[in-house]
Amino acid sequence: MQASAPPSPAAPRLLDNIGDWLFRNIVAVAGWFVLITLALAAFSMYWGGREAFAEFGWGFLVSTEWDPVRERYGALVAIYGTLVTTTIAMIIAVPVSFGIALFLTEVAPGWIRGPLGAAIELLAGIPSIIYGMWGLFVLAPLLGTHVYPWVDEHIGPWPILGALFRGPPLGIGMLTAGIVLAIMVIPFISSVMREVFLTVPNRLKESAYALGSTTTEVVWNIVLPYTRSAVIGGIFLGMGRALGETMAVTFVLGNAHRISVSLLEPGNSIAASIANEFAEATTPMYQSALLALGFLLFAVTFVVLSIAKLMLMQLKKREGN
Amino acid sequence: MATVAERLFLRRRIVNGLSLVLSGLAALFGLFWLVWILWTTFTKGVDAMSLSLFTEMTPPPGQDTGGLLNAMAGSLMISGLAVLMGAPIGIAAGTYLAEYVNHRKLGEVIRFVNDILLSAPSIVLGLFVYTVVVRTTGGFSGYAGSIALAFIVLPVVVRTTDEMLRLVPIQMREAALSLGVPQWKVTVQILYRAAAPGIITGVLLALARISGETAPLLFTAFNNQYWSTDMTGAVANLPVTIFQFALSPFAYWNKLAWAGAFIITVFVLLVSVTARYILLRKKMSHD
Repeated sequence: MQASAPPSPAAPRLLDNIGDWLFRNIVAVAGWFVLITLALAAFSMYWGGREAFAEFGWGFLVSTEWDPVRERYGALVAIYGTLVTTTIAMIIAVPVSFGIALFLTEVAPGWIRGPLGAAIELLAGIPSIIYGMWGLFVLAPLLGTHVYPWVDEHIGPWPILGALFRGPPLGIGMLTAGIVLAIMVIPFISSVMREVFLTVPNRLKESAYALGSTTTEVVWNIVLPYTRSAVIGGIFLGMGRALGETMAVTFVLGNAHRISVSLLEPGNSIAASIANEFAEATTPMYQSALLALGFLLFAVTFVVLSIAKLMLMQLKKREGN
Repeated sequence: MATVAERLFLRRRIVNGLSLVLSGLAALFGLFWLVWILWTTFTKGVDAMSLSLFTEMTPPPGQDTGGLLNAMAGSLMISGLAVLMGAPIGIAAGTYLAEYVNHRKLGEVIRFVNDILLSAPSIVLGLFVYTVVVRTTGGFSGYAGSIALAFIVLPVVVRTTDEMLRLVPIQMREAALSLGVPQWKVTVQILYRAAAPGIITGVLLALARISGETAPLLFTAFNNQYWSTDMTGAVANLPVTIFQFALSPFAYWNKLAWAGAFIITVFVLLVSVTARYILLRKKMSHD
């Protein structure tokens, strides 16, 4: 392009070239900045947590100790809490989100789909601290006085499963945190699934309908096989959110540094430990242990989100064909 | 006696009806909680509304008067500065993706990383800024809070800018370039103008996203009970104030927390609706 440039005064062209060069470099620096941010974030937490990693080694991952006075730290309680609350959240949120996405794309009458979809997306933008407050002031007292006593009495005596539901009806605890987390990720997962379902070509669905399929058969045999990887990607995306969510769980988890079998007991999670304790962590080792927790959380969410992204990209590829 | 085909047909219709009802119930179930949460926030928030919220500072423990003036002012400053820092870098990076490395390996990698940054736990970004900014400058500061939030603004703006620029028809670029307009002028004067509604939407969505973010502010901006516009020190802000007041045993503090939650929710909803409206109007004018 440069070679065949039209004859023009040399000075402006030089200016243009300098402008092009400058602009290109400015935006390139910004682009690289995004890359470097992620690497730097990971490294800064690893570096901050190096004292804890060096002191406790692999034992950090499996120790349940968390004793700021004696300076002994282990991550297992927090890891356990994070995994349990996320699991509860996903068990509730995935089927519900699937139902909502299905309703919004295949079932609901046309005029309701747009407004309802937009409403769900708006709700996905509500700050998580609101969910946390609602959980603390409304849901926890309600569960603690009306639901958990019943659960303790009726499900508690069950053979194996019962152990999960036995305990004092405090209201706050891992089950409550899981429920709040579920409510928070439902709009998120369902809006991703809705978008994914909308990518299914109409001609595929119409062909199936023309052959006499019911809506359910179209969903199971056309929509789901077409979008399978992206649906899983959406679920993983929601899981990434749930794993790292801080405010929604900190309020209702109870901040207890012990592992209890019962889901009705308070617990802790990685994000909640950091939120509750970091500003008060006075000794270098205490801070280092919390930064090490942050690094673990970052590493786990990185893996989960990478899987999500790769799964979602598969649908894009197919769309391109 | 029904034939096999008729019985099969009936079964399929029953299965279909059942699953459609289930999906409708799921939608109701999901909406039920969300409406409940909004309802609580609105009723408790409206209950706590008063003029003193906007004229008085956050009260000390046990006092039954006071407002949220310093927290709101601090939040505005921190979020405003975060957008001022994050949005230009984001727009530049999005431009790089769409105009310079589109369809290239580097572009794919940056997009991938950006999407991960987009969903990364916000508390982790707070820790990151703590180690890089708070530790090196020696204390909590409003600037540190703004930087932490800027890292949340950044990926949102990168993504929308990238997507919106790629939606601009290639003919526009070709027409301008064939007239001898240098590429940077094409980008700034033509492509940005065409993509402006989308980019503004992205910036607004980013603003909505950070205005309720609490976790990254806990150990960057921290909190301040008094009026302070000094961004080099700890600055009061709504989310952290809400967090502390909601977990406190004082009834009046809890009330203030609900008032703050209500203000943030209304603000977030207004900003997101505006963002959507801008994008919708653009779509309509193109059709």
